Amino acid sequence: MTDGAEITIGFLPLLDSAILIAAAEKGFARDEHIDVNLVRETSWANIRDRVAVGHFEAAHMLAPMPIASNLGLSPLSVPLIAPMALGLGGNAVTASVPLYEDMSGRGMAGDLDPADAGRALKTVIAARSEAGMERLRIAVVHPFSGHNYELRYWLTACGVDPERDVDIIVVPPPLMPDALASGNIDMCCVGEPWNSVAVSRGSGRIITVKARIWRNSPEKVLGVTSRWANAQGDVLDALLRALYRAAEWCAGSDNAEELAAILSRPQWLNVDEKLVLGCLTGALATRPDHIVQVDDFFVRHAKAATFPWQSHALWFYSQMVRWGQCGHSAKNAVIARDSYRPDIYRRALKPLPAPLPGANLKVEGALSRPQPVGASKAGLVLGPDGFFDGRIFDPDAIDAYIAGQNGHRGN
Amino acid sequence: MYAVMTLRDLIILVIDENAIRASVIEEGLRQAGHGNVTVIHDVQGVGRIIETLRPDVIVIDLENPNRDMLESMFQLSRSVNRPIAMFVDRSDQSTIEAAVEAGVSAYIVDGLRQERVKPILDMAISRFNAFSKMARELEEARSELENRKIIDRAKGILMKSKGLSEEDAYRLLRKTAMNQNRKIAEIAQSLVMAAGLLEE
Repeated sequence: MTDGAEITIGFLPLLDSAILIAAAEKGFARDEHIDVNLVRETSWANIRDRVAVGHFEAAHMLAPMPIASNLGLSPLSVPLIAPMALGLGGNAVTASVPLYEDMSGRGMAGDLDPADAGRALKTVIAARSEAGMERLRIAVVHPFSGHNYELRYWLTACGVDPERDVDIIVVPPPLMPDALASGNIDMCCVGEPWNSVAVSRGSGRIITVKARIWRNSPEKVLGVTSRWANAQGDVLDALLRALYRAAEWCAGSDNAEELAAILSRPQWLNVDEKLVLGCLTGALATRPDHIVQVDDFFVRHAKAATFPWQSHALWFYSQMVRWGQCGHSAKNAVIARDSYRPDIYRRALKPLPAPLPGANLKVEGALSRPQPVGASKAGLVLGPDGFFDGRIFDPDAIDAYIAGQNGHRGN
Repeated sequence: MYAVMTLRDLIILVIDENAIRASVIEEGLRQAGHGNVTVIHDVQGVGRIIETLRPDVIVIDLENPNRDMLESMFQLSRSVNRPIAMFVDRSDQSTIEAAVEAGVSAYIVDGLRQERVKPILDMAISRFNAFSKMARELEEARSELENRKIIDRAKGILMKSKGLSEEDAYRLLRKTAMNQNRKIAEIAQSLVMAAGLLEE
């Protein structure tokens, strides 16, 4: 039914484009009789625009992008859906060398603990403010991004006001290492391999990681227009099966070296193979000659890493409300929740021997250890999934969660 | 309120890393009667420029990786004091498609009338397309010249090593290319490379 279907997919050169690239390079797409054409893009705005006008059938998207589009918050807002996630984690927070040294001098242990790094950062900010120095400039990749929200979550939980104590700006991922080197920014929150590239070029030091701020947390999704999903359901299903099997392959520890070699090629990430391998195995060189092994740094397949949990969509939505990007209403919450389509994921993967979660939503941050959960087949284990400050997000109690957040205070 | 309002010049900012294309756009805008056009090639410090210039329309090429940065500034009332909506929002689908196809995007101040802005985008689209066509033709001409050079060298090698006339050398190249179903320039390239290896 899908014979000969051609799908053009846009992506940005980031570690979590791995599943898409593996699907094309390792024959998983061909096995499903689809021909995948990957196009590397230079901005998330281009991804959005080219999906909207139909140049791309599907794209590597920041998880909040489809939600923002459906809420009418972005230009060219067309109805988008996220029928699959492209892994969990994969981001880090990197400080410029001078800022890192300042933080180290104020007692930061340098073991990636977000609370420890946040304490040191708060002290640095207080000292700079007292000395009449400029606010620190911190870069994220997009206003509607996991990076923006996890950075702000971490800062706020550490007593730093993201709107008053620092300036948060947007810089494209591949330009982060240079921006740190030139002093244009003091810190960034970006997906790998760009943190590791900054460390290897001597322009930055990794101070904490997404996996320690919120373990096994959502990051990128596969985004498609509702129109295309409705018109080409068979092709979409075949694509999801190809991506699921690609994700399984990407997660195999025996395949890490081959995956690193593929991703490092000029047409994909164009980054040194050894750096990519470190990101894939979670062995991060946080500063020269210092490697920290991070558990669950970037999860490709285990723990239902590609399942589009609607509780993830709702958490992102709660952060859009928190930072004044949109107002909270029951209607908006439903739009956000329904941007994620676990029903399509289940429909597509039914023919595969894959354990599929029984629920569409889960309480986030409740698992302190790995736990087997109800699934269509045995063998699905989730968690741990804790937020570093111990808070819990219960999607059934979203009103209370939103009311209890301290965030945007207006201008 | 006045019954008839004089339309003031629109303030237009063009951001394009390609200086030649930017000047093509600028010229098009001036020809269309827009006198208040600023062109920048580097987005460094664009926030300050927008703050002082207060543009009504911003035209930017799609290849610019800083589009996300630019759009985020429109959301931050701290650095840009006027709401700027995206032009594409209020234009028709075919214009949007043509713009993305041509590789150009534009943003306008909220509330600016469609009739005033559409000609600007249409002009930018046609100039972007013309520029791409010109760049493509230049590239073709360049590779044509390269091909001719390499074929001349291959002919020279054959004339020297096989004692052939220029015409026969070319015939041999052409015959080999036909037999192998390849271009003459490719055969010439292989021959020049092989000769280079043998010399070493």
